[in-house]
Amino acid sequence: MADQFDEATRKELANFVQTEQAQAHLTSQIHMLTSMCWDKCITSSPSTRFARGEEGCLANCVERFLDTSLFMVKQIQEQRDRSQLSR
Amino acid sequence: MSSFFGSSSSGAPAPDMASRKQAFIDTYRQEMALTNAQELMNKCNEKCYAKCVTKPGSSLSGSEQTCLSHCLQRYMEAFNIVSRTYIARVQKERLSDTTA
Repeated sequence: MADQFDEATRKELANFVQTEQAQAHLTSQIHMLTSMCWDKCITSSPSTRFARGEEGCLANCVERFLDTSLFMVKQIQEQRDRSQLSR
Repeated sequence: MSSFFGSSSSGAPAPDMASRKQAFIDTYRQEMALTNAQELMNKCNEKCYAKCVTKPGSSLSGSEQTCLSHCLQRYMEAFNIVSRTYIARVQKERLSDTTA
């Protein structure tokens, strides 16, 4: 497979694959969040449109999940800093 | 490998190589799109079965089918809302990262 391309092309394809993999990671995050937020937000039985508040809940669910992830990182950093100070 | 033998990098790659490159890119993208569609289908199945078929009978009833078809549309819509929100947030974070 690799032998059929020259060096420049291989580099180009490596870049392409890297970009696509970043995109794939993003997509898999979106699948994960859709699944999780669906369970949290969609409580009515499915009809022709979302029930009141469900759409807003989905958006909030994503935003708060990302807030949580940032918050956790900060907490862990603070804990680490504190334990280094007390040492 | 080819660089080891001193292949000249002058000039454009052979047209054959260009078309093979394009074939690689196309195949890769198709595979990704397929994986994505499969994942979405699996999730829809799982979520909508849970919501719509609460007491499995000897066949899918009319109301279960209506529910499934609504659910499918809602799940796709949910995927789009989540996608939009997530991407907007990622872009926002990146922007504040570069300015900070």
